Amino acid sequence: MEPHTGLVAMHMSDGIVNAPISVLFGLIAVLGLAFCVARARRDLDDRTAPMAGLVAAFVFAVQMLNFPVLPGVSGHLLGGALCAILVGPYVGALCVSIVLLLQALLFADGGLSALGTNITNMALIGTFVGYGVAVAMRRIATRSRGGLMLTAFVAAWVNTVVASLGFVLEYALGGQGLALGTVFGLMTGFHALIGIGEGIITALTVGAVAAARPDLVYLTRTSSPSLEIRTQGVRS
Amino acid sequence: MAAGHAHPLYRAGDSVVHRLPAHVKIVGAFVFVLAVVATPREAFAVFGLQFLLLVGVWVAGRIPPGWLAARALIEAPFVVLAVLLPFFAVGPRVEWWGMSLSVDGLLAGWNILVKGTLGVLVSVTLAATTPLRDLVSGLSRLRVPAMVCVIATLMLRYLEVIAAEARRMRLARISRGHDPRFAWQLGATVRSVGALFLRSYERGERVHLAMLSRGYTGTMPAFTSASASTATWAAALLPAGAAVLLAVSGYWVR
Repeated sequence: MEPHTGLVAMHMSDGIVNAPISVLFGLIAVLGLAFCVARARRDLDDRTAPMAGLVAAFVFAVQMLNFPVLPGVSGHLLGGALCAILVGPYVGALCVSIVLLLQALLFADGGLSALGTNITNMALIGTFVGYGVAVAMRRIATRSRGGLMLTAFVAAWVNTVVASLGFVLEYALGGQGLALGTVFGLMTGFHALIGIGEGIITALTVGAVAAARPDLVYLTRTSSPSLEIRTQGVRS
Repeated sequence: MAAGHAHPLYRAGDSVVHRLPAHVKIVGAFVFVLAVVATPREAFAVFGLQFLLLVGVWVAGRIPPGWLAARALIEAPFVVLAVLLPFFAVGPRVEWWGMSLSVDGLLAGWNILVKGTLGVLVSVTLAATTPLRDLVSGLSRLRVPAMVCVIATLMLRYLEVIAAEARRMRLARISRGHDPRFAWQLGATVRSVGALFLRSYERGERVHLAMLSRGYTGTMPAFTSASASTATWAAALLPAGAAVLLAVSGYWVR
Protein backbone atom coordinates (compact mmCIF):
# COMPACT_ATOMS: atom_id res chain seq x y z
CA MET A 1 0.00 0.00 0.00
CA GLU A 2 1.36 3.36 -0.99
CA PRO A 3 1.59 5.88 1.80
CA HIS A 4 -0.92 8.61 1.38
CA THR A 5 0.95 11.37 -0.39
CA GLY A 6 -1.57 13.82 -1.74
CA LEU A 7 -5.26 14.28 -1.85
CA VAL A 8 -6.96 14.57 -5.21
CA ALA A 9 -10.54 15.62 -5.58
CA MET A 10 -12.95 12.71 -5.68
CA HIS A 11 -16.07 14.80 -5.52
CA MET A 12 -17.73 16.94 -8.15
CA SER A 13 -16.20 20.37 -8.66
CA ASP A 14 -17.89 23.68 -9.39
CA GLY A 15 -19.03 24.35 -12.94
CA ILE A 16 -20.12 20.85 -13.94
CA VAL A 17 -23.75 21.58 -13.13
CA ASN A 18 -25.29 25.04 -13.65
CA ALA A 19 -26.34 27.41 -10.85
CA PRO A 20 -30.14 26.79 -10.67
CA ILE A 21 -29.69 23.01 -10.52
CA SER A 22 -26.88 23.39 -7.91
CA VAL A 23 -29.23 25.45 -5.74
CA LEU A 24 -32.10 22.99 -6.29
CA PHE A 25 -29.97 20.05 -5.13
CA GLY A 26 -28.65 22.19 -2.27
CA LEU A 27 -32.25 22.50 -1.06
CA ILE A 28 -32.83 18.75 -1.50
CA ALA A 29 -29.68 18.08 0.54
CA VAL A 30 -30.79 20.43 3.33
CA LEU A 31 -34.24 18.82 3.54
CA GLY A 32 -32.79 15.31 3.46
CA LEU A 33 -30.31 16.19 6.20
CA ALA A 34 -32.98 17.76 8.42
CA PHE A 35 -34.92 14.50 8.17
CA CYS A 36 -31.79 12.46 8.98
CA VAL A 37 -30.95 14.62 12.02
CA ALA A 38 -34.42 13.97 13.46
CA ARG A 39 -34.29 10.22 12.81
CA ALA A 40 -30.67 9.83 13.95
CA ARG A 41 -31.68 11.18 17.34
CA ARG A 42 -34.29 8.42 17.57
CA ASP A 43 -31.67 5.79 16.73
CA LEU A 44 -29.03 6.93 19.19
CA ASP A 45 -30.74 9.26 21.75
CA ASP A 46 -28.15 11.10 23.87
CA ARG A 47 -25.37 8.98 22.40
CA THR A 48 -25.92 10.58 18.97
CA ALA A 49 -23.25 13.25 19.20
CA PRO A 50 -20.27 11.16 20.34
CA MET A 51 -21.18 8.04 18.32
CA ALA A 52 -21.93 9.88 15.07
CA GLY A 53 -18.83 12.04 15.61
CA LEU A 54 -16.59 9.00 15.90
CA VAL A 55 -18.26 7.18 12.99
CA ALA A 56 -17.79 10.31 10.85
CA ALA A 57 -14.12 10.43 11.87
CA PHE A 58 -13.88 6.76 10.83
CA VAL A 59 -15.43 7.50 7.40
CA PHE A 60 -13.03 10.41 6.93
CA ALA A 61 -10.01 8.30 7.93
CA VAL A 62 -11.09 5.38 5.71
CA GLN A 63 -11.46 7.70 2.71
CA MET A 64 -7.82 8.66 3.26
CA LEU A 65 -6.79 4.99 3.09
CA ASN A 66 -5.73 3.65 -0.30
CA PHE A 67 -6.34 0.10 -1.41
CA PRO A 68 -4.19 -1.61 -4.04
CA VAL A 69 -5.97 -2.30 -7.30
CA LEU A 70 -3.01 -2.89 -9.61
CA PRO A 71 0.63 -1.85 -9.19
CA GLY A 72 0.57 1.96 -9.17
CA VAL A 73 -3.20 2.13 -9.14
CA SER A 74 -5.09 2.42 -5.90
CA GLY A 75 -8.59 3.37 -4.95
CA HIS A 76 -10.38 4.43 -1.83
CA LEU A 77 -13.67 3.62 -0.22
CA LEU A 78 -16.74 5.88 -0.44
CA GLY A 79 -18.36 4.18 2.53
CA GLY A 80 -22.07 4.90 1.98
CA ALA A 81 -23.28 1.29 2.10
CA LEU A 82 -20.75 0.42 4.80
CA CYS A 83 -22.14 3.14 7.06
CA ALA A 84 -25.74 2.22 6.27
CA ILE A 85 -25.19 -1.43 7.23
CA LEU A 86 -23.12 -0.72 10.33
CA VAL A 87 -24.88 2.30 11.87
CA GLY A 88 -28.16 2.58 9.96
CA PRO A 89 -29.19 4.86 7.09
CA TYR A 90 -29.95 7.98 9.14
CA VAL A 91 -26.78 8.16 11.19
CA GLY A 92 -24.87 6.92 8.14
CA ALA A 93 -26.20 9.62 5.80
CA LEU A 94 -25.60 12.25 8.48
CA CYS A 95 -21.99 11.14 8.97
CA VAL A 96 -21.19 10.99 5.24
CA SER A 97 -22.80 14.44 4.73
CA ILE A 98 -20.76 16.00 7.51
CA VAL A 99 -17.61 14.46 6.04
CA LEU A 100 -18.50 15.92 2.62
CA LEU A 101 -19.28 19.35 4.15
CA LEU A 102 -15.96 19.54 5.95
CA GLN A 103 -14.01 18.17 2.99
CA ALA A 104 -15.44 21.02 0.90
CA LEU A 105 -14.84 23.71 3.53
CA LEU A 106 -11.45 22.60 4.87
CA PHE A 107 -9.81 20.55 2.15
CA ALA A 108 -11.28 22.17 -1.00
CA ASP A 109 -12.36 18.65 -2.04
CA GLY A 110 -15.61 19.09 -3.93
CA GLY A 111 -16.88 22.50 -4.99
CA LEU A 112 -18.94 24.66 -2.64
CA SER A 113 -21.70 25.03 -5.23
CA ALA A 114 -21.55 21.26 -5.86
CA LEU A 115 -22.03 20.47 -2.17
CA GLY A 116 -25.76 19.89 -2.65
CA THR A 117 -25.26 17.51 -5.57
CA ASN A 118 -22.42 15.70 -3.80
CA ILE A 119 -24.45 15.24 -0.60
CA THR A 120 -27.50 14.13 -2.59
CA ASN A 121 -25.52 11.55 -4.57
CA MET A 122 -23.11 10.14 -2.03
CA ALA A 123 -24.78 10.69 1.34
CA LEU A 124 -28.52 10.53 0.60
CA ILE A 125 -28.92 8.35 -2.51
CA GLY A 126 -25.84 6.29 -1.69
CA THR A 127 -26.74 5.45 1.87
CA PHE A 128 -30.49 4.97 1.44
CA VAL A 129 -30.28 2.88 -1.74
CA GLY A 130 -27.56 0.76 -0.15
CA TYR A 131 -29.68 0.29 2.94
CA GLY A 132 -32.81 -0.46 0.88
CA VAL A 133 -30.99 -3.26 -0.92
CA ALA A 134 -29.63 -4.57 2.37
CA VAL A 135 -33.10 -4.59 3.96
CA ALA A 136 -34.51 -6.41 0.93
CA MET A 137 -31.82 -9.04 1.42
CA ARG A 138 -32.12 -9.17 5.21
CA ARG A 139 -33.37 -12.77 5.15
CA ILE A 140 -30.09 -13.81 3.52
CA ALA A 141 -28.05 -11.47 5.71
CA THR A 142 -29.30 -12.91 8.99
CA ARG A 143 -28.77 -16.53 7.91
CA SER A 144 -24.97 -16.61 8.10
CA ARG A 145 -21.91 -14.40 8.04
CA GLY A 146 -21.38 -15.34 4.40
CA GLY A 147 -24.92 -14.20 3.65
CA LEU A 148 -24.28 -10.91 5.44
CA MET A 149 -21.13 -10.37 3.39
CA LEU A 150 -22.98 -11.17 0.15
CA THR A 151 -25.65 -8.65 1.15
CA ALA A 152 -22.97 -6.04 1.88
CA PHE A 153 -21.36 -6.66 -1.51
CA VAL A 154 -24.61 -6.28 -3.44
CA ALA A 155 -25.68 -3.23 -1.40
CA ALA A 156 -22.34 -1.48 -1.98
CA TRP A 157 -22.33 -2.27 -5.70
CA VAL A 158 -25.90 -1.07 -6.27
CA ASN A 159 -25.24 1.99 -4.10
CA THR A 160 -22.20 2.99 -6.16
CA VAL A 161 -23.99 2.58 -9.50
CA VAL A 162 -27.17 4.36 -8.38
CA ALA A 163 -25.14 7.24 -6.90
CA SER A 164 -23.53 7.66 -10.31
CA LEU A 165 -27.03 7.74 -11.83
CA GLY A 166 -27.66 10.69 -9.51
CA PHE A 167 -24.80 12.43 -11.28
CA VAL A 168 -26.28 11.54 -14.69
CA LEU A 169 -29.62 13.04 -13.61
CA GLU A 170 -27.93 16.25 -12.42
CA TYR A 171 -25.90 16.46 -15.61
CA ALA A 172 -29.04 15.94 -17.69
CA LEU A 173 -30.74 18.81 -15.85
CA GLY A 174 -27.87 21.26 -15.57
CA GLY A 175 -24.79 20.06 -17.42
CA GLN A 176 -23.62 20.79 -20.94
CA GLY A 177 -21.41 19.44 -23.69
CA LEU A 178 -21.78 15.70 -23.79
CA ALA A 179 -24.70 13.73 -25.18
CA LEU A 180 -26.66 12.17 -22.36
CA GLY A 181 -26.09 8.65 -23.68
CA THR A 182 -22.31 9.16 -23.51
CA VAL A 183 -22.47 10.45 -19.92
CA PHE A 184 -24.77 7.59 -18.96
CA GLY A 185 -22.49 4.99 -20.56
CA LEU A 186 -19.27 6.44 -19.13
CA MET A 187 -20.58 6.96 -15.61
CA THR A 188 -22.43 3.68 -15.17
CA GLY A 189 -19.68 1.67 -16.86
CA PHE A 190 -16.97 3.24 -14.76
CA HIS A 191 -18.96 2.95 -11.55
CA ALA A 192 -19.96 -0.65 -12.24
CA LEU A 193 -16.21 -1.38 -12.02
CA ILE A 194 -15.58 0.89 -9.01
CA GLY A 195 -18.62 -0.74 -7.38
CA ILE A 196 -16.96 -4.16 -7.49
CA GLY A 197 -14.03 -2.81 -5.47
CA GLU A 198 -16.35 -0.93 -3.12
CA GLY A 199 -18.43 -4.11 -2.76
CA ILE A 200 -15.51 -6.38 -1.94
CA ILE A 201 -14.07 -3.98 0.64
CA THR A 202 -17.49 -3.32 2.18
CA ALA A 203 -18.25 -7.06 2.38
CA LEU A 204 -14.92 -7.93 4.00
CA THR A 205 -15.15 -5.01 6.46
CA VAL A 206 -18.69 -5.91 7.49
CA GLY A 207 -17.55 -9.53 7.81
CA ALA A 208 -14.67 -8.52 10.08
CA VAL A 209 -16.99 -6.43 12.28
CA ALA A 210 -19.63 -9.20 12.42
CA ALA A 211 -16.97 -11.72 13.49
CA ALA A 212 -15.89 -9.61 16.47
CA ARG A 213 -18.98 -7.65 17.53
CA PRO A 214 -22.09 -8.96 15.71
CA ASP A 215 -24.22 -6.80 18.02
CA LEU A 216 -22.84 -3.66 16.34
CA VAL A 217 -24.14 -4.48 12.86
CA TYR A 218 -27.25 -2.28 12.56
CA LEU A 219 -28.78 -4.34 9.74
CA THR A 220 -28.92 -7.63 11.64
CA ARG A 221 -29.43 -6.15 15.09
CA THR A 222 -32.76 -7.28 16.49
CA SER A 223 -33.59 -5.42 19.66
CA SER A 224 -30.93 -4.51 22.13
CA PRO A 225 -31.49 -6.46 25.36
CA SER A 226 -32.47 -4.20 28.20
CA LEU A 227 -30.14 -3.83 31.14
CA GLU A 228 -30.68 -6.63 33.63
CA ILE A 229 -30.29 -5.57 37.26
CA ARG A 230 -29.66 -8.41 39.73
CA THR A 231 -30.09 -7.63 43.36
CA GLN A 232 -29.00 -11.07 44.51
CA GLY A 233 -25.28 -11.82 44.44
CA VAL A 234 -24.06 -14.29 41.88
CA ARG A 235 -22.81 -17.50 43.48
CA SER A 236 -19.36 -18.32 42.33
CA MET B 1 -2.52 18.60 11.73
CA ALA B 2 -2.83 19.42 15.39
CA ALA B 3 -6.23 18.07 16.35
CA GLY B 4 -8.80 20.74 16.90
CA HIS B 5 -6.47 23.63 16.26
CA ALA B 6 -5.42 23.70 12.66
CA HIS B 7 -5.97 21.86 9.42
CA PRO B 8 -3.70 21.25 6.44
CA LEU B 9 -4.98 24.18 4.40
CA TYR B 10 -4.89 26.72 7.24
CA ARG B 11 -2.28 29.42 6.99
CA ALA B 12 -1.87 31.23 10.26
CA GLY B 13 -1.94 34.97 9.99
CA ASP B 14 -3.41 38.15 11.34
CA SER B 15 -4.65 39.91 8.23
CA VAL B 16 -7.95 41.68 7.63
CA VAL B 17 -9.29 38.53 5.99
CA HIS B 18 -8.18 36.31 8.90
CA ARG B 19 -9.89 38.56 11.42
CA LEU B 20 -13.30 38.54 9.72
CA PRO B 21 -15.94 36.47 11.56
CA ALA B 22 -16.13 32.98 10.05
CA HIS B 23 -19.85 33.00 9.28
CA VAL B 24 -19.44 36.11 7.16
CA LYS B 25 -16.61 34.47 5.23
CA ILE B 26 -18.60 31.28 4.66
CA VAL B 27 -21.52 33.25 3.22
CA GLY B 28 -19.13 35.30 1.12
CA ALA B 29 -17.45 32.18 -0.28
CA PHE B 30 -20.77 30.51 -1.18
CA VAL B 31 -22.11 33.66 -2.85
CA PHE B 32 -18.87 34.14 -4.77
CA VAL B 33 -18.83 30.55 -6.05
CA LEU B 34 -22.50 30.66 -7.05
CA ALA B 35 -21.84 33.91 -8.91
CA VAL B 36 -18.96 32.26 -10.80
CA VAL B 37 -21.11 29.23 -11.64
CA ALA B 38 -23.99 31.46 -12.82
CA THR B 39 -21.72 33.46 -15.18
CA PRO B 40 -22.37 32.57 -18.85
CA ARG B 41 -19.45 30.59 -20.26
CA GLU B 42 -18.88 32.92 -23.22
CA ALA B 43 -18.28 35.94 -20.95
CA PHE B 44 -14.53 35.37 -20.95
CA ALA B 45 -13.58 38.78 -19.58
CA VAL B 46 -15.89 38.39 -16.59
CA PHE B 47 -13.96 35.34 -15.36
CA GLY B 48 -10.75 37.37 -15.59
CA LEU B 49 -12.26 40.16 -13.50
CA GLN B 50 -13.58 37.65 -10.95
CA PHE B 51 -10.07 36.22 -10.72
CA LEU B 52 -8.75 39.73 -10.09
CA LEU B 53 -11.25 40.10 -7.24
CA LEU B 54 -9.77 36.94 -5.71
CA VAL B 55 -6.26 38.31 -6.18
CA GLY B 56 -7.41 41.34 -4.21
CA VAL B 57 -8.56 39.06 -1.38
CA TRP B 58 -5.18 37.26 -1.41
CA VAL B 59 -3.32 40.55 -1.19
CA ALA B 60 -5.50 41.61 1.75
CA GLY B 61 -5.04 38.17 3.37
CA ARG B 62 -1.30 38.04 2.56
CA ILE B 63 -1.51 34.61 0.91
CA PRO B 64 1.31 33.97 -1.58
CA PRO B 65 0.10 32.79 -5.03
CA GLY B 66 2.53 29.84 -5.17
CA TRP B 67 1.16 28.48 -1.91
CA LEU B 68 -2.36 28.72 -3.30
CA ALA B 69 -1.50 27.16 -6.64
CA ALA B 70 0.02 24.09 -4.98
CA ARG B 71 -3.15 23.54 -2.96
CA ALA B 72 -5.48 24.15 -5.87
CA LEU B 73 -3.97 21.12 -7.68
CA ILE B 74 -6.54 18.97 -5.88
CA GLU B 75 -8.80 19.85 -8.77
CA ALA B 76 -6.59 18.07 -11.33
CA PRO B 77 -8.94 15.12 -12.12
CA PHE B 78 -11.55 17.55 -13.40
CA VAL B 79 -9.04 19.17 -15.72
CA VAL B 80 -8.82 15.76 -17.41
CA LEU B 81 -12.60 15.78 -17.88
CA ALA B 82 -12.42 19.31 -19.31
CA VAL B 83 -9.69 18.27 -21.76
CA LEU B 84 -11.65 15.21 -22.91
CA LEU B 85 -14.88 17.09 -23.56
CA PRO B 86 -13.89 18.72 -26.90
CA PHE B 87 -13.14 15.26 -28.34
CA PHE B 88 -16.33 13.53 -27.30
CA ALA B 89 -19.00 16.22 -27.35
CA VAL B 90 -21.55 16.47 -30.14
CA GLY B 91 -22.37 19.37 -32.45
CA PRO B 92 -20.43 21.34 -35.09
CA ARG B 93 -16.67 20.70 -35.14
CA VAL B 94 -13.57 22.77 -35.90
CA GLU B 95 -10.19 21.64 -37.20
CA TRP B 96 -7.31 22.61 -34.93
CA TRP B 97 -3.79 21.24 -35.45
CA GLY B 98 -5.23 18.31 -37.37
CA MET B 99 -7.65 17.42 -34.62
CA SER B 100 -11.38 17.58 -35.04
CA LEU B 101 -12.83 19.29 -31.98
CA SER B 102 -16.41 20.00 -31.05
CA VAL B 103 -17.16 23.70 -30.62
CA ASP B 104 -19.75 23.02 -27.96
CA GLY B 105 -17.33 20.61 -26.28
CA LEU B 106 -14.58 23.24 -26.23
CA LEU B 107 -16.91 25.71 -24.57
CA ALA B 108 -18.20 23.09 -22.13
CA GLY B 109 -14.64 22.06 -21.28
CA TRP B 110 -13.65 25.69 -20.75
CA ASN B 111 -16.76 26.13 -18.63
CA ILE B 112 -15.76 23.32 -16.24
CA LEU B 113 -12.10 24.34 -16.26
CA VAL B 114 -12.60 28.01 -15.42
CA LYS B 115 -15.47 27.57 -12.95
CA GLY B 116 -13.82 24.60 -11.26
CA THR B 117 -10.55 26.50 -10.92
CA LEU B 118 -12.13 29.68 -9.56
CA GLY B 119 -14.26 27.53 -7.24
CA VAL B 120 -11.34 25.60 -5.80
CA LEU B 121 -9.39 28.87 -5.36
CA VAL B 122 -12.30 30.32 -3.35
CA SER B 123 -12.45 27.17 -1.20
CA VAL B 124 -8.70 27.23 -0.57
CA THR B 125 -8.87 30.94 0.30
CA LEU B 126 -11.64 30.31 2.82
CA ALA B 127 -9.79 27.35 4.35
CA ALA B 128 -6.48 29.24 4.43
CA THR B 129 -7.84 32.11 6.47
CA THR B 130 -10.27 30.32 8.81
CA PRO B 131 -9.18 28.15 11.75
CA LEU B 132 -11.12 24.95 12.42
CA ARG B 133 -12.90 26.04 15.56
CA ASP B 134 -14.11 29.30 14.00
CA LEU B 135 -15.42 27.40 11.00
CA VAL B 136 -17.72 25.20 13.09
CA SER B 137 -18.88 28.07 15.29
CA GLY B 138 -19.48 30.04 12.10
CA LEU B 139 -21.67 27.21 10.81
CA SER B 140 -23.64 27.21 14.05
CA ARG B 141 -24.16 30.97 13.72
CA LEU B 142 -25.59 30.33 10.27
CA ARG B 143 -28.27 28.17 11.96
CA VAL B 144 -26.83 24.83 10.98
CA PRO B 145 -28.56 22.46 13.46
CA ALA B 146 -26.66 22.19 16.76
CA MET B 147 -26.51 18.41 16.34
CA VAL B 148 -24.61 18.73 13.05
CA CYS B 149 -22.17 21.23 14.58
CA VAL B 150 -21.51 19.02 17.61
CA ILE B 151 -20.94 15.95 15.42
CA ALA B 152 -18.63 18.00 13.20
CA THR B 153 -16.64 19.24 16.22
CA LEU B 154 -16.24 15.76 17.66
CA MET B 155 -15.35 14.38 14.25
CA LEU B 156 -12.63 16.96 13.74
CA ARG B 157 -11.36 16.44 17.27
CA TYR B 158 -11.05 12.68 16.83
CA LEU B 159 -10.11 12.58 13.15
CA GLU B 160 -6.42 12.82 13.92
CA VAL B 161 -6.73 10.14 16.62
CA ILE B 162 -8.44 7.73 14.23
CA ALA B 163 -6.11 8.58 11.35
CA ALA B 164 -3.10 7.99 13.61
CA GLU B 165 -4.61 4.65 14.64
CA ALA B 166 -4.95 3.73 10.96
CA ARG B 167 -1.32 4.73 10.39
CA ARG B 168 -0.13 2.57 13.31
CA MET B 169 -2.10 -0.40 11.95
CA ARG B 170 -0.51 0.10 8.54
CA LEU B 171 2.94 0.32 10.11
CA ALA B 172 2.22 -2.88 12.05
CA ARG B 173 1.17 -4.67 8.85
CA ILE B 174 4.22 -3.48 6.93
CA SER B 175 6.60 -4.46 9.72
CA ARG B 176 5.13 -7.97 9.49
CA GLY B 177 5.97 -8.18 5.81
CA HIS B 178 2.72 -6.91 4.33
CA ASP B 179 3.26 -5.45 0.87
CA PRO B 180 0.07 -5.70 -1.18
CA ARG B 181 0.19 -4.87 -4.86
CA PHE B 182 -2.85 -6.53 -6.31
CA ALA B 183 -6.52 -6.38 -5.48
CA TRP B 184 -6.57 -10.00 -4.28
CA GLN B 185 -4.02 -9.18 -1.59
CA LEU B 186 -6.18 -6.71 0.24
CA GLY B 187 -7.50 -9.09 2.90
CA ALA B 188 -5.27 -7.81 5.69
CA THR B 189 -5.91 -4.14 4.83
CA VAL B 190 -9.63 -4.74 4.89
CA ARG B 191 -9.54 -6.59 8.21
CA SER B 192 -7.78 -3.50 9.58
CA VAL B 193 -10.66 -1.36 8.34
CA GLY B 194 -13.03 -3.64 10.26
CA ALA B 195 -10.83 -3.33 13.34
CA LEU B 196 -10.65 0.44 12.85
CA PHE B 197 -14.44 0.65 12.80
CA LEU B 198 -14.67 -1.37 16.02
CA ARG B 199 -12.04 0.76 17.72
CA SER B 200 -13.75 3.98 16.56
CA TYR B 201 -17.17 2.79 17.68
CA GLU B 202 -15.90 1.58 21.04
CA ARG B 203 -14.01 4.83 21.49
CA GLY B 204 -17.31 6.59 20.83
CA GLU B 205 -18.93 4.54 23.59
CA ARG B 206 -16.12 5.46 25.99
CA VAL B 207 -16.31 9.13 25.00
CA HIS B 208 -20.05 9.04 25.67
CA LEU B 209 -19.50 7.55 29.14
CA ALA B 210 -16.80 10.12 29.85
CA MET B 211 -19.17 12.89 28.79
CA LEU B 212 -21.95 11.47 30.99
CA SER B 213 -19.65 11.34 33.99
CA ARG B 214 -18.87 15.02 33.44
CA GLY B 215 -22.52 16.01 33.51
CA TYR B 216 -23.55 15.66 29.86
CA THR B 217 -27.35 15.66 29.58
CA GLY B 218 -27.76 15.32 25.85
CA THR B 219 -27.14 18.93 24.87
CA MET B 220 -23.81 20.61 24.40
CA PRO B 221 -22.94 24.09 25.61
CA ALA B 222 -23.70 26.65 22.92
CA PHE B 223 -20.92 27.77 20.61
CA THR B 224 -19.72 31.26 21.25
CA SER B 225 -18.60 33.40 18.37
CA ALA B 226 -18.41 37.08 17.62
CA SER B 227 -21.35 38.60 15.82
CA ALA B 228 -20.75 40.86 12.86
CA SER B 229 -21.86 44.45 12.46
CA THR B 230 -23.57 45.63 9.30
CA ALA B 231 -20.35 47.40 8.32
CA THR B 232 -18.35 44.18 8.64
CA TRP B 233 -20.92 42.32 6.56
CA ALA B 234 -20.82 45.00 3.89
CA ALA B 235 -17.01 45.05 3.77
CA ALA B 236 -16.68 41.27 3.76
CA LEU B 237 -19.31 40.72 1.09
CA LEU B 238 -17.72 43.32 -1.19
CA PRO B 239 -15.80 40.78 -3.34
CA ALA B 240 -18.79 38.41 -3.47
CA GLY B 241 -21.16 41.26 -4.33
CA ALA B 242 -18.83 42.44 -7.08
CA ALA B 243 -18.65 38.88 -8.42
CA VAL B 244 -22.46 38.76 -8.57
CA LEU B 245 -22.62 42.07 -10.45
CA LEU B 246 -19.97 40.80 -12.87
CA ALA B 247 -21.95 37.59 -13.40
CA VAL B 248 -25.07 39.63 -14.21
CA SER B 249 -23.11 41.88 -16.55
CA GLY B 250 -21.88 38.72 -18.32
CA TYR B 251 -25.38 38.25 -19.76
CA TRP B 252 -25.08 41.61 -21.57
CA VAL B 253 -21.51 41.60 -22.82
CA ARG B 254 -21.39 38.14 -24.37
